[in-house]
Amino acid sequence: MQRIGDAPAVRRALITAAVLLAALFLLLPLAAIFAQAFSQGVGVFWHNISDRYTLAAIGLTLFIAVLTIPICLVFGVALAWLVTRFDFPGRRLLQTLIDIPFAVSPVVAGLIYLLLYGRNGWIGGWLDAHDIQLMFAWPGILMVTVFVTSPFVARELIPLMQAQGSREEEAAVTLGAPGWTIFRRVTLPNIRWALLYGVVLTNARAVGEFGAVSVVSGAIRGQTMTLPLHLEQLYQDYNAVGAFASAALLALIALFTLAAKAGLEWRTARQEVTP
Amino acid sequence: MSIRLTDIAKHYGHAGKGSPGQAGGRALEPVSLEVAKGELVGLLGPSGSGKTTLLRIIAGLESPDRDPAGRILFGDRDVTDVHVRDRRIGFVFQHYALFRHMTVFDNVAFGLTVLPRRERPSSGEIRARVHRLLEMVQLEHFAGRYPAQLSGGQQQRVSLARALALRPDVLLLDEPFGALDAKVRQELRRWLRQLHDELGFTSLFVTHDQEEALELSDRVAVMSHGRIEQIDTPDALYRTPANRFVFEFLGDVNHLEGEVRGGTLTCGEAKLVVDLPDGHQELLLRPHEVRLAEAPTPEAQLPVTVTAISPVGAEVRIEVAADWLVEPWLATVRHADYERLALTRGQRLYAIPRHWHRFSAEGTRQRQAITA
Repeated sequence: MQRIGDAPAVRRALITAAVLLAALFLLLPLAAIFAQAFSQGVGVFWHNISDRYTLAAIGLTLFIAVLTIPICLVFGVALAWLVTRFDFPGRRLLQTLIDIPFAVSPVVAGLIYLLLYGRNGWIGGWLDAHDIQLMFAWPGILMVTVFVTSPFVARELIPLMQAQGSREEEAAVTLGAPGWTIFRRVTLPNIRWALLYGVVLTNARAVGEFGAVSVVSGAIRGQTMTLPLHLEQLYQDYNAVGAFASAALLALIALFTLAAKAGLEWRTARQEVTP
Repeated sequence: MSIRLTDIAKHYGHAGKGSPGQAGGRALEPVSLEVAKGELVGLLGPSGSGKTTLLRIIAGLESPDRDPAGRILFGDRDVTDVHVRDRRIGFVFQHYALFRHMTVFDNVAFGLTVLPRRERPSSGEIRARVHRLLEMVQLEHFAGRYPAQLSGGQQQRVSLARALALRPDVLLLDEPFGALDAKVRQELRRWLRQLHDELGFTSLFVTHDQEEALELSDRVAVMSHGRIEQIDTPDALYRTPANRFVFEFLGDVNHLEGEVRGGTLTCGEAKLVVDLPDGHQELLLRPHEVRLAEAPTPEAQLPVTVTAISPVGAEVRIEVAADWLVEPWLATVRHADYERLALTRGQRLYAIPRHWHRFSAEGTRQRQAITA
């Protein structure tokens, strides 16, 4: 018996199409980024990268990512724990609400934050009176980045924790283990790979976020420019090599993230075979 | 240590996790139960009867209703408001619930290693105790394995060793052998009974398997619809069931329904002389209370046709059907009688009751012998 599409000609055509599309839409742009970045030699690339403003943008981007990850980690674990281990009115609603940051356009999210926390905003007026500035400063960038990336960890954990059930935790509590010990010695080891995977995704998004950040950043060079914003600015200023140098940096971070993700997936697959 | 429950009730709220169809309903009517020190009691009932809920409430994994305010006592200690982790119970789960990322050794040692520092034994002592426990469950060579590398029966033995590591006074088992195949189940049952008699803890276990409950327990509590219908020794349950549910749940039952007029019950072409007042009556018969013969007697004229024969076991199980029967009857005959009658499928015979049982609407039971 022959399966559908198993004829040699069909198979060859499908494989060719897949390879062609992947090359055209994925590999070629990636190669182009690096080609453009190095088009005037390593010296110019290096000059652009070590530019004061570029360094500031790299610093801010990494700073935001480093703060975002622990916040999303704690939030995601707490949320997944709540949704999978307890039964309370509104549980399903909460599970739906988790997806709001995915459903809403990041630009809209940025605007809402601006509306709420900006100087003329509802909460912003009070903040301004107390001399606290959130918008057009790094706290605002952090807030929208956390908003945009908050679902990743929870989304990774919920299906896994649902599938695993709470029997092991119940067993631990009948054996007299206190709550924190149960989390540390029973829950955490069971979810650690999914957790790391969630962190990898959170990091990728936090580093690359453009829309929401561009609304609340105020684009002050050297102060509130993240790498994606800086890149855009350079391009607007007709500094193509500079823009592509920054793009190459972002692409490198993305490639590292992908490698980490692939490594984790390989690790998880192997663990399932021999625990 | 004895277990004493008074008026333990449970109903699920709107977000009920109970069996489908009982959301918002009552999982447990107010239940009272006493288990003596060193006793092994089985909670037996069909699914949805509330037996697992009751066990989990005793463990402290679920809380009983506040109204009525029931009480749970272990010996003289009132544990109603005591947290699970301080109740000092051992709990064995149906699907073992072993910590999958820990070795067998670490699983068994877990309870000891999470003790507060001043109560915790030294690591050498923990090692010695765990090895003794693993020896007891005959798994001393598996200490370094992970749960996924063990068979179901081995995993359940690890889970028992883990539950016993803290020397609990009370051992609670939730369908402990439910996920195992018949032969392993039989083996583990015998072994658990031995362990229980040796160590002298008080055990309560949940099962839906009548045979398992009757074979393993000192006493069995039969449950249905959140109530304990009867609690008694296996022998007493079978011989003097308190009501129709218990009678029907413990073993196979044949039904005979018909109109009684002038001391004769008639149902289609079937006739049986009974000592009952006129009116509609339903009689119940155990398979061993039905005799098969080639000719009717003056008291019993119940023509039937053999539809299936199962000669496996100590007795031959014969299924018979007839137009006047809603459901086929089951009769057990000795192998000698089976050969004498030369039974074949499709053969026409007469069923002759030796005894029958009747439960009145008020629940009182009547057993009557047929005098031939």
